[in-house]
Amino acid sequence: MAKRDVPPRWDRKMQQRLARGEAAALGELYDRFASLVHGLAHRVLGDESAADRITREVFVHVWEHPDSYDPKDGPLRTWVAGLTHRLAVQRLRATETAALARDGSGTAEELEQRVRSAAVAARADYIVQSMPVPLRSALERAYFQRRDYRQAAADLGITEDEARRRLRLGLQLLSTAHDTEAPGAPPGSGGAA
Amino acid sequence: MSGPDASGAYDDHEDDGGPDHGDEPGRGPGRPPRIPMPRASVEDNGLPLPAPPPPERPVFEHPVLKSLLGAWALAACSAEEATAVEEHLGSCGACADEARRLREAVGLLQRPESLDLDPGLRTRVLETCLERRPPRIPVPEWAAAYDAETARLDALLQDFGDAEWHAPVRLRWFHGDEATTRRTTVAGVIAHLLSVDGLVAVALGLDDPLGDVPSARPTPAERTEAFWRASHFPPTRAVRAPWREQSHNLVRTVSFTGGGGGRMPIPYGDFDLPLHDAMLDRAFECWVHAEDIADAVDYPFDPPSPRHLHRMIDLAARMLPTALAHRRQAGLAAPAHHRHLVAAGEPGRSLRLEIEGSGGGEWLIPLDSPAAKGSAEHEVAHVALDGVEFCRLAAGHVPPQEAAAGQVGDREAIRDVLFAAASLSRM
Repeated sequence: MAKRDVPPRWDRKMQQRLARGEAAALGELYDRFASLVHGLAHRVLGDESAADRITREVFVHVWEHPDSYDPKDGPLRTWVAGLTHRLAVQRLRATETAALARDGSGTAEELEQRVRSAAVAARADYIVQSMPVPLRSALERAYFQRRDYRQAAADLGITEDEARRRLRLGLQLLSTAHDTEAPGAPPGSGGAA
Repeated sequence: MSGPDASGAYDDHEDDGGPDHGDEPGRGPGRPPRIPMPRASVEDNGLPLPAPPPPERPVFEHPVLKSLLGAWALAACSAEEATAVEEHLGSCGACADEARRLREAVGLLQRPESLDLDPGLRTRVLETCLERRPPRIPVPEWAAAYDAETARLDALLQDFGDAEWHAPVRLRWFHGDEATTRRTTVAGVIAHLLSVDGLVAVALGLDDPLGDVPSARPTPAERTEAFWRASHFPPTRAVRAPWREQSHNLVRTVSFTGGGGGRMPIPYGDFDLPLHDAMLDRAFECWVHAEDIADAVDYPFDPPSPRHLHRMIDLAARMLPTALAHRRQAGLAAPAHHRHLVAAGEPGRSLRLEIEGSGGGEWLIPLDSPAAKGSAEHEVAHVALDGVEFCRLAAGHVPPQEAAAGQVGDREAIRDVLFAAASLSRM
């Protein structure tokens, strides 16, 4: 855990194998990230076949340009999420702009607003998926299963203090989705004082 | 603690369109119920003081209140705590700011969408990639079915909880002419696949998933039983990662064996299969057991893609002549009275196996010797059945007597071939 910032060996080896043109590596890459990619794209675009297309674009990009990922920049997962985010938001803006030009419904401002909130929603999804499991399971208990923090503490076998701490920290991480930093930047610990 | 005029921060928060908490009883969009401070209450509402002393309320210190902000934003604390937090927000700007941020964050929590990715998407995406940039080290054609089937099974396992992992599964196969079953769980099935795929792994020089666990004989069944026996507890979801890692390693390793490597023999204990057939056999088993698992947890599961199904059927069809010979030696198949001994490579009495549906085709099965060549001129019988039905027969999931097959010609030959197909099944 202390080495969280060092990209794991898997990421480096994967990048090398892709660069070498190993088809088996591409399959492994897909198996590891397809549901992340598809889920994020779907959150932004809200459409199954559009999400399929983005998924294809993302993997085509990684396969064709394996060198565009530099393990020094951070985990491959984050990089793939960032690429997905960028391509999906681009696609959303393009389709919305085309619709605006076609039937003139809505304003450019509303369009930007929709794009922004889709981007925040996707970032939030990514943050939830990437946050440490203890935080995520506390949030799931409290939010989806409607357990109060005492019940959540009992469920998770932790103290009530710890349950409160996890809920607060989890929401603090999640609230960074509103920060308009570079899309796909690591969720980091911003705000998690 | 809370000054009467400091409630502005809280009001702002409620009004700024924060996430909807309308479904919480007792915390509507209006002003929260104030718990009056003892001294202020009389002046505020003009009512006489209640006779008994106010009920004892726990006193919350600032650090405790701050630590409650997350639980409060999620409506996951007690009513007293919520009230105490809300009062505190009126007097503490820092906490009020954080409370607003956390409440907005709650609005970003979304139930994860069901991520049932279309399994066909994997094939389509990978194909597009490989067209755009042809691989320098491709996955051999004969390993593609294994690659696809392991990915499909892994996707099925994706959202399994403990209940699914421990759901009972009955493995079924034919031993001699007897239907045999063995009880295990979903996790036990994955342990079985891990153990038997391990035969190929070991032959390729990869680690044996059995490690130091001794197995009486290196057969699929013995290895599986040894693996199950070796763990003190029934297998759990923990088997998924090693199974998946091994399957990825197998695909990767066979990619490096090159074209000729496919002929390398893989020992199954009682017989050998060339590597390319062993990979097809493992793909077939993976699908069959994925179906067992899907049935056990009541999920839908489709057959393999026609291209892969065709290769699996072809493997079974190619194994039939040897299976027939074994059955004859064991006295299970009719000692062919009209049997014609033919020299190796010569055409012999044959059965036409017609497999319908996508992935199907026609195979001429030599009946009298594995060395003979199937021949249309010496056709004595014709069997037609659906591809998936044939695979279920070969998997021992459909008794040969019940296989829905159209039949014309020599009834004994047909019976022998259907039983031989069932005898291809094993644990």
